[in-house]
Amino acid sequence: MPTPILMPALSPTMEEGTLARWLKKEGDAVEAGDVLAEIETDKATMEYEAVDEGRLGKILVSDGTEGVKVNQAIAILLTEGEDDSALDAAVQAAQSGESAGASGVIPAPGDAPTGQSPPPQAATPPPAAAAPEPDAPEDDEPVYDKTRRQSVREALRDAMAEEMRRDEAVFLMGEEVAQYEGAYKVSQGLLAEFGDKRVVDTPITEMGFAGLGVGAAFGGLRPIVEFMTFNFSMQAIDHVINSAAKTLYMAGGKMGCPIVFRGPNGAAARVGAQHSQCYASWYAHVPGLKVVAPWSAADAKGLLKAAIRDPNPVVVLENEILYGQTFDVPEAEDFVLPIGKAKVERKGDGVTIVAFSRMVGVALEAAKTLSAEGIEAEVINLRSLRPLDTATILRSVRKTNRLVTVEEGWPVAGIGAEIGQVVMEQAFDWLDAPVTRVTGADVPMPYAANLEALALPTADRVAEAARAVCYRSQA
Amino acid sequence: MAATRRARAASSGSKGAPSLDADQLEQLYRDMLLIRRFEEKAGQLYGMGLIGGFCHLYIGQEAVVVGLHALARPGDSIITSYRDHGHMLATGMDPKGVMAELTGRIGGYSRGKGGSMHMFSREVGFYGGHGIVGAQVPLGTGLAFAHKYHEDGGLCFTYLGDGAVNQGQVYESFNMAALWGLPVLYVIENNKYGMGTSVERASAPGDLSQRGAAYGIPGKAINGMNVLDVIEGCAEAVEHVRAGKGPYLLDVKTYRYRGHSMSDPAKYRTKEEVARMRAESDPIDQLKQRLLTDGVFDEARLKDIDRDVKAVVGEAAEFAQHSPEPDPAELWTDVLVEA
Ligand SMILES: Cc1ncc(C[n+]2csc(CCOP(=O)(O)OP(=O)(O)O)c2C)c(N)n1
Ligand SMILES: [Mg+2]
Repeated sequence: MPTPILMPALSPTMEEGTLARWLKKEGDAVEAGDVLAEIETDKATMEYEAVDEGRLGKILVSDGTEGVKVNQAIAILLTEGEDDSALDAAVQAAQSGESAGASGVIPAPGDAPTGQSPPPQAATPPPAAAAPEPDAPEDDEPVYDKTRRQSVREALRDAMAEEMRRDEAVFLMGEEVAQYEGAYKVSQGLLAEFGDKRVVDTPITEMGFAGLGVGAAFGGLRPIVEFMTFNFSMQAIDHVINSAAKTLYMAGGKMGCPIVFRGPNGAAARVGAQHSQCYASWYAHVPGLKVVAPWSAADAKGLLKAAIRDPNPVVVLENEILYGQTFDVPEAEDFVLPIGKAKVERKGDGVTIVAFSRMVGVALEAAKTLSAEGIEAEVINLRSLRPLDTATILRSVRKTNRLVTVEEGWPVAGIGAEIGQVVMEQAFDWLDAPVTRVTGADVPMPYAANLEALALPTADRVAEAARAVCYRSQA
Repeated sequence: MAATRRARAASSGSKGAPSLDADQLEQLYRDMLLIRRFEEKAGQLYGMGLIGGFCHLYIGQEAVVVGLHALARPGDSIITSYRDHGHMLATGMDPKGVMAELTGRIGGYSRGKGGSMHMFSREVGFYGGHGIVGAQVPLGTGLAFAHKYHEDGGLCFTYLGDGAVNQGQVYESFNMAALWGLPVLYVIENNKYGMGTSVERASAPGDLSQRGAAYGIPGKAINGMNVLDVIEGCAEAVEHVRAGKGPYLLDVKTYRYRGHSMSDPAKYRTKEEVARMRAESDPIDQLKQRLLTDGVFDEARLKDIDRDVKAVVGEAAEFAQHSPEPDPAELWTDVLVEA
C-alpha cells in the first residue's frame, strides 16, 4: 500500500500552513532524511524531511498552497515494489482520509488507526479564523474609520517599531529578540531597522537582564524587556516587584522606573505544567505596577504603545495562541489606548461576562450560543487588570444584575475573585444571582490532550455558567 | 585513526577509566542506537500530531549521556533539562513508558501528565526532566547534598546546556557545592547553541570548563562526539567526586543535528555545518567503524543489533499510540499528597 505523506505539525500551536515549495518532483527517488518540501508556518519556514524511503508517486497539494491543514495528505509515496498502478486507490484513500482528518481522526501512514483512543488534537484551540467578531464598540470608544487587517503578532511589532522611531531611548532586550526575530517572531524586522544597539540579544539570564533593564530605566532609558514567555519571568520576579514596582514609592516620588515587561502569558498548547501558567493575578496584586492583557490586535497595538510611553513599570501579558489571529487595527497615526479602560465588546442586558486576553474570544463565542437561546450577554474585555476598570463592570452589572468572570488562571485569589469582591462591595443590591467564576482548573497544567482540554475554560463552560446565573437550563 | 588510539588507551585503563570488554562495547553501541532510533520515531510521531507541545530531540548528542552513564553506579542520581529522552533511555527507563509520556497517555512515566520535558524515575535515580533553563542545577546540587547526608557513596550527574551556564543560580550552586564539598558532577552538554544563539554570542570569551575556577572547582573539556573519549576523559572527574573531593565541572563538546525543538527555522547555522558534523563526527558511526575494525562485531551482528533496536522502538511507538488517555478524573489527582 503506498504511503500518504501528511502535512506535518511543526510547532505546538500549528494547525495549518503553507506548502511553499516542493523540492522533489513526482517520480523522484526519496531517501529517509531527504528534504521533500518547504513548509511555512506563521512563525517560520521549515524543511520537511522524509521519514521513509521510496519514490514520490503523486503530489496532491501544489507549490504555494495556503491553509493546508495539519495531517492532510499532501503527496503519495510509493515504496519498494509498488508502481503507478497503486496510485489511484491510494489517492482516493488519502482524500477520504482527509475528511476523516477533519472529523478528528489522525490517519497514521501505513497503519490503520482503528482502536486508537481519541486523538490528542481534539484539545487544540479553535483555529485562527474562528476569532468571533465583536459588535460595534461602545459609544465612548472612538470609532476609527480606517482600519487594516493585522495579526496580533504584527500589531505588537508595529507598536514597538513606531515607539522606537518616536523615542530614541526606547530599546528592546531579551532572549532571541534580535537575530532570531523573536522566539515567537514578534520582533520581525526590528534588528534590521534599528540595529543591535537598540535590539539586544541577551544570554539566558532573566534575573540579570530584568535587573539590568531596571537599572537602564533608572539611567534614563525606556527598556522593553521581553520574556520569551512569562513562565520565565519567575526567575526575575524579584526585580519586577522589588526593583521596578517599589522604587518610586521608596524614593518618595523622586525616581521612577519606566519599563515594559512583555511576552506571552498563559497556556499555549500541550507545553506542560512549567510552561503553561497565567500570571495575571500575580502581577495585578502588586501596587506600583500597571498590568495590561490585550485580546485583539488593536488592543495589542494600542496598549503596548501606551505601556511604552507610560512613566511606570507596565507588565504586558500577551498570549501565544492569539499571535496568529487577525483583527482590524486602526490606521490612525497616533492610535493609543488608555491603560485602565475596559471595552464593551458586545452589548446585552441578560448577563455580564467579564474576560481578558484569549478568554474574550471564548466569552464572545459563548455569547453567540446564549443569544440563540434568548439570553443577550454583555461581554466586557478588561484590557487592563491594574488599574481595573471597575466603573465599566459596575455599570454593566447594574444593568444585567448577573455576572460571570472568565480567566485561564487558577481560581484562588484570582482576577475573578477580585472582581466578585468589588461587585459585592459596590453593587450588592443589584445582584440577582451570586457572581460566578469560570477559571482554569485548580491544578498544575497537565500535558495529556484530554486533561489539558478539561483544565481550561471553554465557551460551553462559560455558557453554562451564564445560564446558571440566569436560572435557566440549556434550551 | 585518532579515535582508535584513544579508545585503546581507554581499554588499557588510563587513570580511573574502566577497561571495556566486547560485551560492554557492544552495549554502548546499542544504547546510542536506541536513543537515535527512539528520537527519530518521536520526531515522526510529532509530525503526525501524536506528540504535542515542545519536543527536544537528543540526536547527535548520544555519546555524552551513554559515555557518562558507563561511569555511573547504582545509587547515583541524574538530573537534566527538558532535552531528557536520551538520559532516560541511558539510565534504563522503559522506552515504552517514555514514548507513552510523549503521546500523553496513561502508560507514560508521568501517567500523561508531565509530557516530553517532565518524567521521573526514582527507581533508576532519574530526577527529571526540568523545563526552566538552569533550574536543574541547584536541584542536582541538592541531590548531592542528600548523597553526602546519607553517606551513601552516590553522586549526582547534573547536566546543563551551554545556554544554561549563564544563569545566576548555576553560580550560587557552584559556591555551595564547593563550600560544602558536595558530590556533584556538573556536565555542560555544550552543543554550541542555546536555541538560535551560539556560545560565542551568549558567553563572555573563555573556557566554559573553567567557569567553576573562582570556587576552586576543577574543570576539563571533553570530546563528546566519541563515546570512548567521553568515558576516558570523564573517568578522572567521576573518581574525584566519588572520592569525596567535592564538585567537578566538565565541558563536553557535542552537537545537536535537529532543531532546538520541533519548530526551528535553523537560520542561525549553515546546512553545511550540520552536514559536516554528521559526516565527520557522528558518535554512532565512529563507534561502529571502530568495533568493525577491531573485530568486536561483524556486519551480520550489526544487522541483528539494528533489528533488535528497531523492534524495541517499534514496540514503544505501538504502545504509546494504544495506551489510553488518562481518565478525566486524573485532572484532579496528584496535586497534594493526601495525608
Ligand atoms: C528560564 C528559562 N528561560 C528561557 C527558556 C526558553 N528556552 C528553552 S531551551 C532554551 C535554550 C537553552 O539552551 P542550552 O542551555 O544550550 O540547552 P540545549 O537546548 O542546547 O540543550 C531557552 C532559551 C526556558 N525554558 N527557561
Ligand atoms: Mg545548547
